[in-house]
Amino acid sequence: MIPGVAADFSNDWLWVSAIKAVLIVVFLLTSVLFAIWFERKVVARMQVRPGPNWHGPFGLLQSLADAMKLLLKEDVNVTRADRVVYLLAPMISVFCSLLVFAVVPFGPEVTIPFTDYSTPAQLTDFPVAVLYVLACASLGVYGIVLGGWSSGSTYPLLGAVRSTAQVISYELAMGLSLVSVFIMAGSMSTSQIVASQAGIWWFLPLLPAFVVYVISMIGETNRLPFDLPEAEGELVSGYMTEYSSMKFAWFFLAEYINMLNVSAVATTLFLGGWRAPWPLSAVADGALNTGWWPVLWFLVKLWAVMFVFVWVRGTLLRLRYDQFMVFGWKVLIPVALAWVVVLSVFQYLGLAGVTRTQLITGVVVAGALVVGLLWLWPDRRGAPPGAEEGADGASGADGAGFDAFAGGYPVPPLPGQTLPPSPRARRRVPPAAVGATDTGSATDTTAVDRSEETR
Amino acid sequence: MTVSGGETALFWVLAPLMTLAALGLIFVRRAVHAAICVMFVMVGMAILYVAQEASFLGVVQVVVYTGAVMMLFLFVLMLVGIDAADSLTETIRGQRWLGVLLGLGLAAVLLGVISAATFPPAVGLAEANAVTNPVALARVLLADYVLAMEVVGVLLVTAALAGLVLTHRRRISPKVTQRDLARERVAALPQGRTLTPLPAPGVYAQNNAMDTPALGPDGAPLEHSVPRVLRIRGQARSATAVLAAEESLVARELADAGLLTADADADDDGARADGARDAHQGEER
Repeated sequence: MIPGVAADFSNDWLWVSAIKAVLIVVFLLTSVLFAIWFERKVVARMQVRPGPNWHGPFGLLQSLADAMKLLLKEDVNVTRADRVVYLLAPMISVFCSLLVFAVVPFGPEVTIPFTDYSTPAQLTDFPVAVLYVLACASLGVYGIVLGGWSSGSTYPLLGAVRSTAQVISYELAMGLSLVSVFIMAGSMSTSQIVASQAGIWWFLPLLPAFVVYVISMIGETNRLPFDLPEAEGELVSGYMTEYSSMKFAWFFLAEYINMLNVSAVATTLFLGGWRAPWPLSAVADGALNTGWWPVLWFLVKLWAVMFVFVWVRGTLLRLRYDQFMVFGWKVLIPVALAWVVVLSVFQYLGLAGVTRTQLITGVVVAGALVVGLLWLWPDRRGAPPGAEEGADGASGADGAGFDAFAGGYPVPPLPGQTLPPSPRARRRVPPAAVGATDTGSATDTTAVDRSEETR
Repeated sequence: MTVSGGETALFWVLAPLMTLAALGLIFVRRAVHAAICVMFVMVGMAILYVAQEASFLGVVQVVVYTGAVMMLFLFVLMLVGIDAADSLTETIRGQRWLGVLLGLGLAAVLLGVISAATFPPAVGLAEANAVTNPVALARVLLADYVLAMEVVGVLLVTAALAGLVLTHRRRISPKVTQRDLARERVAALPQGRTLTPLPAPGVYAQNNAMDTPALGPDGAPLEHSVPRVLRIRGQARSATAVLAAEESLVARELADAGLLTADADADDDGARADGARDAHQGEER
């Protein structure tokens, strides 16, 4: 029995682990085939068209046919590619994505049918299992980055560079959102976290962290609306542009397995893992939380999160790259950080002996105070007159005024134009002076003032 | 405290591979290959850490060093584009020989220390990991060495702030937002600018080059759909030229097939590409 881990692996011999590992790989591969069909079918339904419906019942064998096609296609090697890295990159991607499910609990202790042998429905677990998941995810990016670089082509390189920046930024937010689960559960082991959710699933008390996690998990897996590394409209298909046949299929496989991975982590950490949802968990004194039932609940939740992926993809448009980065760094990370601080304070107060009623009262009073303050706060001083026109004047649309920074470079005034007052002088032009010069320079004054305010 | 058989096997598999990768870092010619070697060494070390029951250290090593630091290195390498053509000239005279000398000295010192050292059996792992590895580590770091941790944290924050300050650039003109750009486009309408992106060049069955104008909804060729550079160089082709080329092509093919008749009505055959026919009509208008 490993200390700090709820599941008991002391009965597992090597061959039990081997069988579990094989089962996980089989589960992942079949799930990917199903996920592709699922995604195409759901998106099709959202767009009022039938989707794949030709091969097999409900078109279920369509992705199998696609996989066979990819296997049999010609494997094109780019002349300018760095051969070794070019081959290594998709392997890294797939390998790292396959690792994550090793620590995901499918269920509690299960008994193998027709035997007395019982074992946890999980390959392994250790005290830092969730960090291990993050480690696998961060290694998997190497596949994308190296694939983009080794293709020896511009679009893949751009995709790779984007992907690096994106994954590093969104991993921070993701890690911070997971921290609040660690604080509440008091552990980083997946089985222990599931055990800690016997009372309430963490997504309710930790709603802000859950929202941050869901957003950053979409960013982490390069899915729409965050699929900038493979944006079709801009980069053909980003890092996998030069890949074909089976090597392309590996990238494809890795992307879908990664979706399953982050969904499984969301399920385990926030959605109660394998625990039955509320009305069912009360049935027959928790009988639905034992035996093989939990595997069903786990799969249901997993596919519910997968549905969110597809839903978001079918609904939202791709972000512009700078907006995406601004969102990650200026919204997600501060929110996640602030939430961790708030939660730590609450946790500390809880440990210090403050009761829940007192806490809630305190929060309500503080909230009322903040709202009251905002209510009574004096209005912002009216926007400087001509601020709107100032923006136009600065961009040179009206053409009459003197733009001291035409084209981004400081330029001297032409005859007939006057230099706007220096922003360093920290003085405004008196109204009389404004009247004396033309309106253009007045608007420029406000523009310069505003730019100083933003510094 | 003994080393289990599995751990020994793991070590003897990983250690030679890691040594190879570490040597690769020195001898490999391309910077990205060197980065991959370092990554391999780091992951190998992480696996060894985990095998030695320092699971937190092992995993954090991958998350922080391999996942973030090495990734940033790679990022810079790809942006800067360091290649095999790196200059290998010595910038400091005699630097190579000095390096070799110092390396030999270090090796001698290390060998001396290692050969002189005795290795008593390791003790205390069970006590240290009694409350699980991360918790025990947290107690050491955040209770015994909390001041050092805080100092290091302040140092890192200072360094990060310094990075921000050093790369900060003062904005010398107001920021142009998407709203400003949209307003500018609308304001420029009287000057003949369009609100939408320019139309793409024409794509016809016979050619999909960028030098042929697209046809508007009224069938008239849109000259501005051809890139400006081609127009200025005089390399744009008119739709009529495409049509003429297409007609001669059709005529040749028909002649080859022995189907050419003197009948002029063959012009309006379905053999001609739709796009070309549209172009023809557009020209007539």
